[in-house]
Amino acid sequence: MTTVIEARGLIKRYGHFAAVDGIDLTVEKGEVFGLLGPNGSGKTTTILLLLGLTEPTAGSISVLGLDPLRRPLAVKRRIGYLPDQIGFYDHLTAWENLAYTARLAGLISKEADGRITGALGRVRLEEVANRRVATFSRGMRQRLGLAEVLVKKAEIAILDEPTSGLDPQSAQELLDLIRELAGEGVTFVLSSHQLAMMQTICGRVGLFRRGQVGLVGRVEDLTANVLGGTFRIEVETENADLVKVLAGVRHVSGLTPLQGRRWRIDADADVRADVAHRIVGAGGALHSITMRQATLDEVYVRFFEGENHDVAA
Amino acid sequence: MTSRREGSPFAGLSTIALKEAADHMNSIRIHLVMVLVLLTAIGSVYAAIGQIKATVGEDQFLFLRLFTTAQQPLPSFVFFLGFLVPLVAIALGFDAINGEYNRRTLSRVLSQPIYRDALLTGKFLGGLLVIAICLLALWLLVTGLGMLLLGLPPSGEEIARGLAFLFASFVYAGVWLAVALAFSTIVKSPATSALCALTAWLLFTVFWPMLAPLIAGAVAPIDPLDPMTAVHQIHVQQAIARISPNTLYGETTLALLNPATRSLGLLFADQLSGALMGAPLPFSLSVVLIWPQLAGMIAALLVLFTIAYVSFQRQEIRA
Ligand SMILES: Nc1ncnc2c1ncn2[C@@H]1O[C@H](COP(=O)(O)OP(=O)(O)OP(=O)(O)O)[C@@H](O)[C@H]1O
Ligand SMILES: [Mg+2]
Repeated sequence: MTTVIEARGLIKRYGHFAAVDGIDLTVEKGEVFGLLGPNGSGKTTTILLLLGLTEPTAGSISVLGLDPLRRPLAVKRRIGYLPDQIGFYDHLTAWENLAYTARLAGLISKEADGRITGALGRVRLEEVANRRVATFSRGMRQRLGLAEVLVKKAEIAILDEPTSGLDPQSAQELLDLIRELAGEGVTFVLSSHQLAMMQTICGRVGLFRRGQVGLVGRVEDLTANVLGGTFRIEVETENADLVKVLAGVRHVSGLTPLQGRRWRIDADADVRADVAHRIVGAGGALHSITMRQATLDEVYVRFFEGENHDVAA
Repeated sequence: MTSRREGSPFAGLSTIALKEAADHMNSIRIHLVMVLVLLTAIGSVYAAIGQIKATVGEDQFLFLRLFTTAQQPLPSFVFFLGFLVPLVAIALGFDAINGEYNRRTLSRVLSQPIYRDALLTGKFLGGLLVIAICLLALWLLVTGLGMLLLGLPPSGEEIARGLAFLFASFVYAGVWLAVALAFSTIVKSPATSALCALTAWLLFTVFWPMLAPLIAGAVAPIDPLDPMTAVHQIHVQQAIARISPNTLYGETTLALLNPATRSLGLLFADQLSGALMGAPLPFSLSVVLIWPQLAGMIAALLVLFTIAYVSFQRQEIRA
């Protein structure tokens, strides 16, 4: 594993307001890293700092071993960026838009042509390649943005809110595409406020809050650490004293009564079979047993509990 | 920005300039303005030819009269150009930078391996390229019309003066392109920046000639007992008038296209002693005469471009 992005003590102030307030980040080659947090928590600012499009007030950044402020061209040559509100030249076709940025990226036209055709095919836009972008839907523009990253053959792709504004199916398609590319060795940095959606794709995430990263780690570890158990099991049962039945069962970390005959069991492993077995064994009636994996939303709420937060979902 | 940077600040410059030029050439906005310029140019030159044929039989510089002769009610070609060239330049540049913000293409373009310098300079050069092509086409058209209708070719000196006039018009257009570019970086909305640039245009083409004497009268009042105060006032008035690029352009074209022009300021009788009234100045001396005006326009262009550059470098490109 090699580190491709490293930020230390990153601070960006606008006047007295610190949009990014002391962030430390490392991203390893080939991983999908999520910058997650509510609106205004500093995700976009962090991305602009990584790209060298904004100067930090303090702190150091190294991208692919280079300082984006001192070697901006070398860094930008190897990073692809999908801005949160992506725009294209509406009077040009999809193909022409990509050809323009390819030329800016220094690709000679013969090589660019091949790459553009390939990239448009990958994002399934080859049929509309010669249509003006003015006629494109939001999802098509988003895919075209990803095609631009492909044309560049970027080693690191930084996507700001790639799924915002997309319907669930388009979002899922985009995530599948990202997963596929990640499998080919592209490093991804994704930002989003849709924590639940991102947890399915991100290897590691950093949870942002007011310009700081409160938590960093793998999703499973975070849910385990913050929520006590990764697994949440709900049972509906009669004639059984669950407290007694579950005493001493391994992996179970908590038991909470819910409404009616329902209980919630927190565990750090899938203990459904064991629980069902014991309830029945104790002569209880088991009406239902369901398991739900904890979401990052819950992690977020729990971790920043007590503070005044506004998680957008 | 950091003091030491790697790579060329001009990476991507030609790509951007060519794309801008191509966009302009395809845009309806520019087509409209060009049709307007073309129609007025043809109209005024056609009228001038009628006038020249009727009145001037023997004139050493018949061809230059094409540009300067006014036939009521149409003003001369030069007047039209001085009036309309700024409009073309503003149409080319008023949304150069803020248009990219509004289309949200700026951060995508700047995440490519280029510097901001290249984007701004490329847009400026793209605009200049279009202006150069249009002016050259217009100049060839007028010269061609003249040859066709007057039935004789221009002399070598007329061509030289005509080319110098073409260059001066190009610089003048560049000044207005820089005005439009500066407004497009400073003002966030394209509609507002267009209005700002048009206001500047109106101020300098229409109101400045009226304002200059008023301001001069207030700054340097005439003392009826001292004739030198009148001279002083005229000097002040001229200095104020020359703040306007239109004045500089007007003086430049006057000296270039009217070879009899010996001075662009006040002349006293003793300065004229020995001079043949009405005798044309050689081309080289006319160039010397307009040198300060031309240099002034180029300086204005550079200052305006620097303003745009500095304001663009400091901008947050979140969009
Ligand atoms: N140019 C600026 N001047 C002052 N404050 C700014 C500027 N740009 C951003 N901010 C502030 O910085 C904070 C972080 O903004 P940022 O865009 O990084 O948030 P974000 O996490 O990307 O939010 P979102 O989910 O809405 O995209 C916000 O509170 C914003 O108001
Ligand atoms: Mg954002």
